[in-house]
Amino acid sequence: MKLFLIFFSAIFVNNFVLARFLGICPFLGVSRRMDTAIGMGIAVTFVMTVSAAITWFLDKLLVLLGMEFLRIIVFILVIASFVQFVELFLKKSSPNLYEALGIYLPLITTNCAILGMVLLNSLMKLNFVESVIHALGSGLGFALALIIFAGIREKLELYDIPRPFEGIGLALIIAGLLSMAFMGFQGMVKF
Amino acid sequence: MASSLKEFTKGFIKENPTYVQVLGMCPTLAVTTTAMNGLGMGLATTAVLSMSNVVISILRKAVPEKIRIPIFIVVIATFVTIVDLLMHGFTYDLWKTLGLFIPLIVVNCIIMGRAESFASKNGVWRSFLDGLGMGLGFTGSLVLLGSVRELLGSGTIFGIEVWGKSFNMFLMILPPGAYITLGLLAGLFSFIGLKLKKK
Repeated sequence: MKLFLIFFSAIFVNNFVLARFLGICPFLGVSRRMDTAIGMGIAVTFVMTVSAAITWFLDKLLVLLGMEFLRIIVFILVIASFVQFVELFLKKSSPNLYEALGIYLPLITTNCAILGMVLLNSLMKLNFVESVIHALGSGLGFALALIIFAGIREKLELYDIPRPFEGIGLALIIAGLLSMAFMGFQGMVKF
Repeated sequence: MASSLKEFTKGFIKENPTYVQVLGMCPTLAVTTTAMNGLGMGLATTAVLSMSNVVISILRKAVPEKIRIPIFIVVIATFVTIVDLLMHGFTYDLWKTLGLFIPLIVVNCIIMGRAESFASKNGVWRSFLDGLGMGLGFTGSLVLLGSVRELLGSGTIFGIEVWGKSFNMFLMILPPGAYITLGLLAGLFSFIGLKLKKK
């Protein structure tokens, strides 16, 4: 039951983009088209889940050695090398997806959602299974928000928008309204 | 001298990291519930940005092209760790409010962006000025956003009462308020920019 709660609240209640403000850059950057949004959502979910698993062990090791202050450096290096690995793997196995993700794949390294995720796991003192479930839920929540947002923005292309609000201005206000909608989920789960 | 002054001031308005380049959005939106939090976050980022710019500029000739990104990240992460420990020691309350977002300065795109596009190509002094200017521009944007949200949400600026509790929009302190306020401010800035261009 607790696992289900963690999973559910990571997707809806504490949605990474709309409630915790993590991963805003890709959220605003790749949401112009639906297919890149889906690709990015999948990539982030995957990287997040695996890095949560790897860093859980490293976190335990650092605590054992009494070197918690190295956490930030170790985590970011693990994420950076893992992203590099995924990039090489995708280039060989599915060049189409690799092309579609383009510049955004290396940028996952500096996506604060991933580092925020692993730091949150160690802050909340979750055990291994909980960490992975939490990461999976957060990744899916990120993908969900990104895909909804991309759908709205694709529609917006057809409308006549006041010039000053073209681009970033209106996008942010829409994100605000989405965030308001997601606030409706609050109170459903106390976690 | 004039050119170094330009490196320093370009981050304020012309290349403002938040409103013009749209970088570093996560801390911008997350910590600006009050003007004070915005100021603290901005100054912490400025410290990391100017120090990492200096070190990366010193190292720029020694670092092989292919592995420069990991090296930059390690340099930045080191300074973030230092700032994190210092803030824990000296400004505990602020450290607690900013919480997760202090370690997350590592992945603030402004810092990586300046390292990659400026500090790895320019001299030490100019890189320092660039980092300081960009950081202060970022701080300015955070304080502006924080002030507007604090004013609308709780009727104060920097904790000083402006119109009391009678005219509060609680929404402005909650997450949606951050997006909406920043969206309106971005619209305002681009409106002013368009007006200036016409003249």
